[in-house]
This record gives sequence, C-alpha cells and structure tokens, in this order.
Amino acid sequence: MPVITYRDALNQALREEMQRDDRVFIMGEEVGVYQGAYKVSKGLLQEFGEMRVVDTPITELGFAGVGVGAAMVGLRPIIEFMTWNFALLALDQVVNSAAKMLYMSGGQYNIPIVFRGPNGAALQLSAQHSQAWESWLAHIPGLKVVAPGTPYDAKGLLKSAVRDENPVIVLEGEMLYNTKGEVPTEEYLIPLGKAALKHEGDHCSIITHGKMILVALQAAEQLAKDGIRVDVLDLLSIRPMDVEAIATTVRKTNRAVVLEEGWEVAGIGAQVVDYIQRECFDDLDAPVIRVHQMDVPMPYAKNLERAAKPDLPKTIAAVKKVMYLEQ
Amino acid sequence: MPKKKSDSSVKTAPPPSGARLTEDTPAPSRKDMLREMLLIRRFEERCAEAYALGKIGGFCHLYIGQEAVGVGAISALRDDDYVIASYRDHGQALARGVPPRAIMAELFGRADGCSKGKGGSMHLFDRNVNFLGGHGIVGGHIPLATGVAFAIKYRGGDQVCLCFFGEAAVNGGAFHEALNMAALWKLPVVYLIENNRYGMGTALERASAINDIAERACSYDMPNEVVDGQDVFAVRDAVRRAAHRARAEHTPTLVEVRTYRFMGHSMSDAVSGTYRTKEELEEHMKRDPITVLRSDMEQHGEWSDQDMAALDDEIKGIVEDAWNFADASPEPALESLTEDVYANGEF
Repeated sequence: MPVITYRDALNQALREEMQRDDRVFIMGEEVGVYQGAYKVSKGLLQEFGEMRVVDTPITELGFAGVGVGAAMVGLRPIIEFMTWNFALLALDQVVNSAAKMLYMSGGQYNIPIVFRGPNGAALQLSAQHSQAWESWLAHIPGLKVVAPGTPYDAKGLLKSAVRDENPVIVLEGEMLYNTKGEVPTEEYLIPLGKAALKHEGDHCSIITHGKMILVALQAAEQLAKDGIRVDVLDLLSIRPMDVEAIATTVRKTNRAVVLEEGWEVAGIGAQVVDYIQRECFDDLDAPVIRVHQMDVPMPYAKNLERAAKPDLPKTIAAVKKVMYLEQ
Repeated sequence: MPKKKSDSSVKTAPPPSGARLTEDTPAPSRKDMLREMLLIRRFEERCAEAYALGKIGGFCHLYIGQEAVGVGAISALRDDDYVIASYRDHGQALARGVPPRAIMAELFGRADGCSKGKGGSMHLFDRNVNFLGGHGIVGGHIPLATGVAFAIKYRGGDQVCLCFFGEAAVNGGAFHEALNMAALWKLPVVYLIENNRYGMGTALERASAINDIAERACSYDMPNEVVDGQDVFAVRDAVRRAAHRARAEHTPTLVEVRTYRFMGHSMSDAVSGTYRTKEELEEHMKRDPITVLRSDMEQHGEWSDQDMAALDDEIKGIVEDAWNFADASPEPALESLTEDVYANGEF
C-alpha cells in the first residue's frame, strides 16, 4: 500500500471528488495561485481552473457566506480556512446560516458544504493561532464535525464529508500535514459518525480524536513496555459521536482516559465523560481522567508552551493514575 | 352578515394568492401594483392584530410604509431569479408569490406554514418561488446573495439574485466583504438597501459616517442608484436597470431605496417616542406609497372610490382566508421537532 503524507491524502480526496462531481469547488485564501497555504490544494487550479479553485480576499465571514449561498442553490462548496483560528470571524455563517438553514426553512434548503482547515496548536504560534475549536463547533445541531489524525482517515473522511448533504466541519492539523501513513490506491470512504479502535488492550481505554491519536498510540506502545495494555479509541467523528464504541471499550477495560487538544471547560472530553457515566456507570473501576490543554491562552515561550499542551508524559501519567499505579 | 358570506365563498375557491408580477408582465398596470401593495398593507394590519391576540409570537417586523419597495423591485424579476431578504420579510414574500395562507400559517406557528412552523416571521422560505428566506442576523444574508450569484455564474446561467436589507446593515463587515467579492468577480446580483431611516431606534445619521449610503458602492467601483421608495414604478424601473446590468454584463448594482417605516421596529417596539417624533412620522405618512399611487390614478381618471372599495374588499377576503386557513392549520406534530436538523432524516 502506498505511504503518503496527510497533505497528499487530502489533496487526493479533493481531486477525486472534484473529478467525480462538477458541482464541487474549493474556495478560500491562497488555494489557487499560491497552491494552498499548506499546499493541500496543490495542482488543483491547473487541473480544474479558476472557477472551481477560487482565491478569495482575506474575508472569512464573506467567503464562508458565499459558500453557503452557493450551496443553497445546488453547488457543493469546500471552504478552506487557512486555520480555524481565522474561522472565528466566519462563525456567524457556519452557525447561523449553514447549520440552521435546513431546519428554519422547514426542510427546503439543505447546505451540502465542507468547512475545512487546520485546527489546534502547531509550534510557538502563541495565543491567537493555537486554538482547538471542536467543542465550539460540535455544540451546534445541524453541523457534523470530524477530526482525522492519519492520512488514511483524512482521505476517507474528507471524501465522505464532500458527499454528505449537510454542513461538515473537517478539522485538520498543521502538525499533521507532513505525517505519513498508508493510503490505498483504490477508492474508499469512511462513514461519518463511526469511531475506530486503533490499538487493543484490556487494562484501560484512551479515548481521543484528531492529532492526539498520535500521542495516544505512542502512549500505548510505551505503556505496553510496562505491561499495561490499553485500548485506543479514535473518535474520528465528534458529531455525531460513536457512543456505542465508547461504551464498548469502557465496558471492556473498566477504566478510561479522555485525551484532547482543547481546553478543559465544556470540552469534548466532558461530553465523552458524560456518555461514559450514562452508559457505563456500573462498569467503572475508577473515575475517568481527562488530559487536555492547560486552562490558559497558549503561551509563546517553548517551555511554557510545552507545559500548556497535552502530551505523551501527561497521557501516560493519566493512565497510570486511573489504574491506581501512581499518585 | 355579508362578511360571513364572502368568507365562505372565498374558502371554497382555490387558495387566493397575491398576484405575481414579473419582469415578463407586460408593463404592469397601476392597478396591478396597487393591488400588490394593498395586499401587503392589509396582510400586515392583520398581523398586528394577530400579534396583539397572541396568535403570532416572537419578533414580528411589519412592512407597512415600505410596500412599494418590495412590490416594485420584485416585479422587475423573472420567475427563475432568486430573492433573499432580511427578517422584515413578509412583504417581499407576498410580492414574490409565496401564498398568503402559507405565510400566515407560518406566523401562527402551524404545520402548513411555508417553513412548516419552524421559522416564524423572520424565516419565511419558499423553494417554489426561489424565495431564499428571511434571515435574522443584520447583514448576515448579504454574503449568501453573493454566493447565489456566484453559483449562477458558475453554472453559466443568466439569472439574478436580488438581496434586500436595511440601511443599518451597510455599517457591518458582511456588507463590505460581500460587495467587494461581487464586484471583483463580476457577479449577477442586485443589492437593495431599504433605507427606512432607522436601524431599530438609531437614525441613519447617528450610525453612518456618510448619509448618501449609495456612495458606499464607490468603494467597489459598483454602479449605484438612489430611488424614491414611495414610488413603486420608480423602484421597478431602477431594479429593472440593475437586473439587466446583472444579466447582460454580470455587473452587480447597489440600489438605495429611500423609504420610511410607519410602524415600530418590531411589534414590541414603540412607533415613535425617544428616537423619532410623532410629527416626523406624520410628515412621512403623507407619502404613503399606496396613497401616492392611488392619487396618481385618480388624477388620471383611472380610479374611483368605488374601485378602491371593491379592490379592498377583494384583498381583505384574501387576507381573511389566509387567517382562517392559518387558524385551522394544526400545530406542527411533536415528531417534527427532530426533523430537518440534518438532511435525509438523519438525527
């Protein structure tokens, strides 16, 4: 199976979906002539032309709305945000227009649109460029939210997102674009709303999503050296969330650590823990522990940034704590 | 009572609709235009009554005083064009041909409403007539109109998107972002400012650094025009010019239509008081768009009091029918609460 980067996997998904359906177009800052701020749209302008690969002014609110309007009358836009930090300016269109149109029109206008771009922190980009927005977006009925952490998942989920009849948020990762993984040459889709068990063990479950899957899998390997066997569940979709998969792993291991990139308060982990207490109350052998970003804006200095982020040592410590192996 | 009799006769007839004037209507007569405006006026008067009775809830923004804007502008469009509006959308919906029954049922929160009772006054939608909704965030739908026009161009079509919004929306970012892209990409869209002088209770002069707001278009090298919004034919002509420019040249236009709101911002707001005087209101009411047209017709010997009484009876019958239909329509089924959150019945 070919090994390609996360970036190329996304690029393949875009190209294949644009070849398949001429209603699909991509719009955003630097997607065309510049070939993509992170080169995800590389080569698409040359292949599909400027009507389907549209460079916009730096105007997130405006072009997000342009996408929604185009989707109302039959097109299938892919709106690229250079990062989700900038998409905050577009939230009115994502939330008030895209997510609610079908409902408030009594079922007349669905919005088949994809909003995608890198989410969360990279390295030393400090407070305004290092934020994980999934809990904001997953809060909204009418949106679907996915967060692929591997090239395989990125391609399969993005293709499903483009084909979905609803607004779908695809949260990528700046630190993921260069990561590599196996991606089949034949076409495949990954269904929205299904989690994937990425590592198997029976002592504890690590439940995570997005780029934190890489940390969770590293933790699983290290813990195995100490004889600790963990299940690693990659949620893949944050909304809808695969509650059955969460319940299945927790019923098996009776212990859980929920790992996420974002902040603690009202984070995705809080929702996962709620599902666990509802579905698995009698199965738990220990309180669930959450690993997340410290409750501070992201600092610039290397040491402070490292201290603020969830990481491998924090995840391992959490697993050991939930297993009563460490204080 | 005669009124009762006319009710039942209306009920047995096919559901009355507001007439639908389009670009293709060969020079709509003054009577056609008067009829359309009167329908909105009488409809809105009954809305006020229904609001007072608690049959309409939430926010309810009436169009009284601005009828010539919606009627004149929409009469300049083709059937396959698109219309999108702000939350003050009853008048445009009626002018576009959304059935009065479906609008009133929506306002009453009933299952037969044009948005199945899910949208209410601010969110009237009707795919059958390309009415892309009323939208509740000031200026938020202006980029949507740009997107509709983008889709038209993308498909190589020759339709036009007409976008209504109030003058207060021009101070927000969405307006500028949307107009810049439409001008940059040469999109077939007509942006129509309904300048009714007040953004809720804040006068134009207190909110905008320039008072001739059509000049905002100059920033985008966009054709623009100022029109008397109490003259329905003037509005029609201006939008015809703009629509032609959009179709033939893919050039957007900003039309500033100067009108006046005879009611409060919404049903829960004062008509006058702290922000405008009763005298000012009365002065503007002298140029009621319906009176302006009617007087003109009378002066030309085309219209009499009897004609007006007959037309009014007909229109009141249509509105009465809409009210009765809405009143009889069931509340939305509770199962519909979770319908249409996602397409294809997913929840």
